[in-house]
Amino acid sequence: MAVQLDARPPVLPGPRTGRHAGRVRLSRFDTRYSPYLYIAPFFLLFGVFGVYPLAYTFWVSLHDWDLLGSDHPFVGARNYTQLMADPDFWHAVVNTLGIFVISTVPQLLAALWLANLLNRQLRARTTWRMAVLIPNVTSTAAVAIVFAVLFGREFGMVNWLLDVVGIGGIDWKSNRVASWVAISAMVDWRWTGYNALIFLAAMQAIPRDLYESASIDGANRSRQFWSITVPLLKPTIIFAVIISTIGGLQLFTEPRLFHSGTNAIRGGPLRESQTVTMYMFENAFAPHYNFGYGSAVAWLLFALIAVVAAINVLILRRLGGGAGKEDVL
Amino acid sequence: MGLFARRRMAAVAVVAATALLTTAGCGGDEPAADGPVTLTVDVFGQFGYEQLYQEYMASHPGVKIVERGTGGNLDEYSPKLTQWLAAGKGAGDVVAIEEGLLVEYKANPQNFVNLLDHGAADLKGNFLEWKWNGGMTADGKQLIGLGTDVGGMAICYRTDLFAKAGLPTERDAVSKLWPTWQDYVKVGEKFKAANTGASFLDAATNTFNTILLQSAGNAQGYSYYDTSDNLVVDSNPAVRQAYDTTMDIIDSGLSGKYGAWSEEWVSAFKQAKFATIACPAWMTGVIEGNAGPAAKGKWDIAQVPGNGGNWGGSYLAVPKQGKHQAEAIELAKFLTSAKGQIGAFKAKGPLPSSPQALDDPAIASSTNPYFSAAPVGKIFAAGAKSLKPVYMGPKNQAVRTEVENAVRTVELGQRNPAQGWTDAVTNAKKAAAK
Repeated sequence: MAVQLDARPPVLPGPRTGRHAGRVRLSRFDTRYSPYLYIAPFFLLFGVFGVYPLAYTFWVSLHDWDLLGSDHPFVGARNYTQLMADPDFWHAVVNTLGIFVISTVPQLLAALWLANLLNRQLRARTTWRMAVLIPNVTSTAAVAIVFAVLFGREFGMVNWLLDVVGIGGIDWKSNRVASWVAISAMVDWRWTGYNALIFLAAMQAIPRDLYESASIDGANRSRQFWSITVPLLKPTIIFAVIISTIGGLQLFTEPRLFHSGTNAIRGGPLRESQTVTMYMFENAFAPHYNFGYGSAVAWLLFALIAVVAAINVLILRRLGGGAGKEDVL
Repeated sequence: MGLFARRRMAAVAVVAATALLTTAGCGGDEPAADGPVTLTVDVFGQFGYEQLYQEYMASHPGVKIVERGTGGNLDEYSPKLTQWLAAGKGAGDVVAIEEGLLVEYKANPQNFVNLLDHGAADLKGNFLEWKWNGGMTADGKQLIGLGTDVGGMAICYRTDLFAKAGLPTERDAVSKLWPTWQDYVKVGEKFKAANTGASFLDAATNTFNTILLQSAGNAQGYSYYDTSDNLVVDSNPAVRQAYDTTMDIIDSGLSGKYGAWSEEWVSAFKQAKFATIACPAWMTGVIEGNAGPAAKGKWDIAQVPGNGGNWGGSYLAVPKQGKHQAEAIELAKFLTSAKGQIGAFKAKGPLPSSPQALDDPAIASSTNPYFSAAPVGKIFAAGAKSLKPVYMGPKNQAVRTEVENAVRTVELGQRNPAQGWTDAVTNAKKAAAK
């Protein structure tokens, strides 16, 4: 075999080396570029549906862009300077942050508590675990419409119950804080179970022996929870917080469908619960059709989310880091 | 798990396929060549065209008509239509445009077929003059829309609640109760004193709009903008007068404060929570839809306080993006013809904008069984030909929204009348500048 192989090269020198070189080139190409091809689908999709709209929105925000008009004069940063001085915009920012805090803080705490309960030895455990996810699979629109009816001023069940216990009815739709609470209730109803399942999954990855040695050392359940579970869940909590931040600051369907009738996009007569996305919609579409201004709102919202997410991560890192040093190590 | 996953895949596939089919179904993308042409008509509220479509399809075997948006809210319809026009895709072959929105579209007429190029000029005599002119661009070179209806005014009221309050229930007697809006407030106070458990009227904003359009029509013929498109919200006495009258209504506690067109408003209809509502002709269809069959015969129609006035009314236009423009233009002409307008009036009550239709005995003699057989033809059509239209400026919709919102904040007790007026003026100016 070896002899035969050795004998051949002189016979077919040209094609052999050519093919060899080709194969080498191909294999070098393969090692160098294939990885890029493998990850290309994501980046292509991200480019088409992520980067392009982002850049185009920015381009639009630099113009006086009437949605129906045929010419769109360039105005530079005018939309942004106007927006910075627009009290309605800042009002919407405060609403959004208010609803975000009222909904996210109790939601994540409740999710943590639920996950801890579900992590114990329970009868029909899977059923319970499935059950907490049920609110999440209902359609947002359906949830919002049902809650809007529940929180009705005159015909709503919540006010009826308040009346039964002797508290006067609240006008949930035109009282600022009340409308924030009502909208937060919708958000929490939908997302608490979802976050609980994510926490549960992370809890199950925590090694059992940590708890065992802790109980040998005499740590009770709550001590175990705060000293073992919570610190080890830190990455998951950061994930949940960031996802909730993005979702919370982009809140649209719930507050939009909470209001109905003429100009519901305003979120109440005095813009009681108009979120930033609703303000964006009001400007870009009815009744203003000012696409440039709406796009500027969208970009500032993007900046706002980035800032709030960064603050969240910093706070959590500090809290989690301290706890980790003292208790786990 | 495997089975579950596969089922989910199948479900996703079904949803995707349905979405594809639906997308393909609307918009009328199929080639015009031989097969049947599908025309999509986009409307809001109740236009009352179902019977007319049947008739048209019977006489035009190659045409199939699909209507979208029936019963929908104008506030949801108008941004959708604007998006379709801006995107160059998605709008129906024939679209309904409310007069307030038409003003904005007239500034950008390139989105619509010029109906004058398609023989519409001959139809001029088929419409009230101001209605015809309303569909025309400012330079008079392009006709965007053909008029459908006008909004002649009346007051619709519940006879059962009036009886409970010891007020007359017969429509002529009721009309005599309120020659002016001040009288209307007095009747309201009497009604309120009777403690029927219902409010006298639904929402102050609806009444405000009625009074404004009436007083503006009777005075200069414009409301928020003058005819040279200057914003005159703070200098037009008609606006201030309507605002002050509305404040009297609010002060007397007559309003049920059900935000117009909201879920609560609809519930209030069902539960008979208010006795009167400002009632342009097209509102009769809305009342019937909201109050439902249970309230049939409990409603009636009386004269509006004050004199005349026009609120609302629409046009049919053909977007340039349509694939079957010729067929769409034919259909729009048919639906806005005197015959079409009579058919729509009989079905859902929008008052014709065609003088021939208004003169037609079929209209003059028509009654509405839902409203205790009120002679709607006589009530609405009588004043229709002398209706005084109100001019609308470029940002009319946005400005109107701000002023109505200010009225609403006073109604809800969030602002006093003076603060409300300041809000109305500043916010209206801001909206007009956007």
